[in-house]
Amino acid sequence: MQSSFGSTVDNPVIERETSTAEEVDLPWQVIVHNDPVNLMSYVTMVFQKVFGLTKERAEKHMLEVHQIGRSILWSGMRERAELYVQQLHGYLLLATLERTN
Amino acid sequence: MEFRRQQDCLEITELDPFLAELLRQIPESCNVEGVETAQQRIFCAPAKEQEICAEWKVYVEPELRRLFRSATETVEADLQQLNGCTKPFANCTLRIPAENAQAWLNALNQARLAIAAKYNFTDGELCDHYRSPIGSRRDLGLFQVNFYGFLQEFILQDLEL
Repeated sequence: MQSSFGSTVDNPVIERETSTAEEVDLPWQVIVHNDPVNLMSYVTMVFQKVFGLTKERAEKHMLEVHQIGRSILWSGMRERAELYVQQLHGYLLLATLERTN
Repeated sequence: MEFRRQQDCLEITELDPFLAELLRQIPESCNVEGVETAQQRIFCAPAKEQEICAEWKVYVEPELRRLFRSATETVEADLQQLNGCTKPFANCTLRIPAENAQAWLNALNQARLAIAAKYNFTDGELCDHYRSPIGSRRDLGLFQVNFYGFLQEFILQDLEL
């Protein structure tokens, strides 16, 4: 006697993993680049205002920009990343959005 | 020149005619029309992808232009106080209303970036705060960048209080 389900489908084959639009759109980074004109205290204030960071965290990113030349401030969906870059440009910081590898 | 925090404004007193003139030049210094390097810096590219840059030019850049113009106009209106000095070479007083502090920070930054791009100052020049005397228009530009930066620091310190 056979089980009523056993004979027709043995092992379902998953051909490919699907992902949501959000996952596809994830790898974007907001990067701030070094600029010899903007004041360190000004850059710190902008990071606090735009990203809601504490002063310590904002200073950490500011120093990264100053010493390494760039700092990743945020990563996530493209739309939000564009909005952050727009805000940063509004404060006249050198900011770009980049796709992560 | 003295900086003081009053109840609802930042007050700069004993402003000598030379520094007052530099302040009057803020709105004009923000104007990047016809200065390609300054335009490129103020309206810098948001990404490597050309598609993103093209969309940005159409949708975001006009918004940024409006924002920058609004800040410059606020500063220009505050600077009208400097025209009230009774004697031609007398020191004057400037009061920056607290609610205009962000507009001042923005306009001062526009001016500093535009001047620095226009004269293509090197990192070394920008860090040399003891450079003197002012012998050319370029030297004056560097002095302006440093003076406006000094003013920005004062406003930022005040915002932290």
